[in-house]
Amino acid sequence: MSSFWSYWIAILSIGCIVFCTVILTWNLKNHVGVKEGEATGHEFDGIEEINNPLPKWWTYMFYATIVWSVYYFAAYPGLGNYKGFLNWTSSNQGIKNLAESKAAVEQNKLDGKNVQLDREYDAANETYAKEFAKYTSRDILDLAYDTNALKVGQRLFLQNCAQCHGSDARGQRGFPNLTDDDWLYGGTPDKIKETLLYGRKAAMPAWGEALGEQGVKEMTAYVLSLSGRKVNDKDAAAGKMKFGMCAACHGADGKGSLAHNLPFGAPNLTDNTWLYGGSHGAVEETLNKGRNGQMPAFKEILGEDKIHIISAYVYRLSRPEESSK
Amino acid sequence: MSKNYHEFFEKSAGWLAIGTVLAISFGTLVEITPLLFLKETTEPVDGLKPYTALQLEGRDIYIREGCVNCHSQMIRPFRHEVERYGHYSVAGESVWEHPFLWGSKRTGPDLARVGGRYSDDWHHAHLMNPRDVVPQSNMPGFPWLETNTLDGELTPKKMEIFNKLTKGKMAPNDEDGLMYSAEEIAAATESVKGKTEMQALIAYLQSLGTALK
Repeated sequence: MSSFWSYWIAILSIGCIVFCTVILTWNLKNHVGVKEGEATGHEFDGIEEINNPLPKWWTYMFYATIVWSVYYFAAYPGLGNYKGFLNWTSSNQGIKNLAESKAAVEQNKLDGKNVQLDREYDAANETYAKEFAKYTSRDILDLAYDTNALKVGQRLFLQNCAQCHGSDARGQRGFPNLTDDDWLYGGTPDKIKETLLYGRKAAMPAWGEALGEQGVKEMTAYVLSLSGRKVNDKDAAAGKMKFGMCAACHGADGKGSLAHNLPFGAPNLTDNTWLYGGSHGAVEETLNKGRNGQMPAFKEILGEDKIHIISAYVYRLSRPEESSK
Repeated sequence: MSKNYHEFFEKSAGWLAIGTVLAISFGTLVEITPLLFLKETTEPVDGLKPYTALQLEGRDIYIREGCVNCHSQMIRPFRHEVERYGHYSVAGESVWEHPFLWGSKRTGPDLARVGGRYSDDWHHAHLMNPRDVVPQSNMPGFPWLETNTLDGELTPKKMEIFNKLTKGKMAPNDEDGLMYSAEEIAAATESVKGKTEMQALIAYLQSLGTALK
């Protein structure tokens, strides 16, 4: 802050306090020419104004606030560039990126600055860091069968994952069910953690224009036949002829990219598990308009420690009966 | 009777008004006026990007539908807020906001860093009917956003206004010092025409809070 604005703030602030003190003191004396406790002569509707002094309790409270304001200005950063003898700030404003934010935290420690938010974090780390360390040092597979770790995982899941996957983790249209052991990107502990850390982005293109109305109808019939549904055989046969373009992601057998160790997240079409619905209309819509399912990346939001524990919880969701690995 | 100053202020409304304005302007003069000139509050953070034409339209829908009445966009520097919402908000993220949408009430969660937290599909489902994805939500649905389309007629004008409002507040390395170039403004109508209000609002939401990285 330039010294002009610093003085501006300091002078106006102190001036304001002085002004209040003067007004208060002035008002404690009798300036109206009527003795205390006597009528001033103002009367309206039978109500008379009496010249009473300011109430004592109110006056003392006013003085107390003035004393407090003097202490406050001395202790805290309020008067322009003056930092206050407590060396206190709430946080680091004026940072331009996250790296600067992190650097400022370190610098404040070196400078012995009293930063409220950093202190809150230090206190929390003291309490929770060792609790988290108990879990993060262990294998996900191990945590998945630890009752306490699962309790932590469930809390974190409900706070951060339930908005899409539901509080029972059974998902909903467009958001995968996590309890059925049917995976798009892999259900091993490592793959689950990878998904949570970095997110996933599926891209099923829209085939409506390329296939045409009849083509979509035929392809729908073929796709539904893959999971053993009753369809128009002629349509299905015609759809099969064009399945080549689908095979690039879903595999020639339609078993999905995971079955072929590919990272596209293209679902298995033969298992009657449907992410966007398995009705005739829903499959046609998927073909016509495409689908772009997206799992957000949580690394920056939650941090690796919490994700480690959530991974264990998610891993265990599809095998609730097992009591150990 | 000595001179009665009380009576003077009590009996002349004009002087009472002037005295009142003087008394209450101290706060503004001290707390707000200097902020208009401080570097920390007028320079953008490194990653700040102007809203695209579609995001800008989405922002206006956010204002029109009154989202700001229930959602704040201001993460305070407390641990319990930072844990939930992400890094606390800094002044450099808001230097181009006119009007700012910090809000003051949280019936719903803070949205200052909602960008990238949910997928577009989720926002779509949630805006159509919040109960579909969050059963205990008390947020109203906004299904008409899906059927209302933008014509983009006013988009260039809005961008020009933003150019005026943000003059002198662009990053130092910005060549023309303008938020939107003439080409961007010329292409604006075409780029939003026919898009639904839903698409615009989601584009806006997905941009929130992504500048600080």
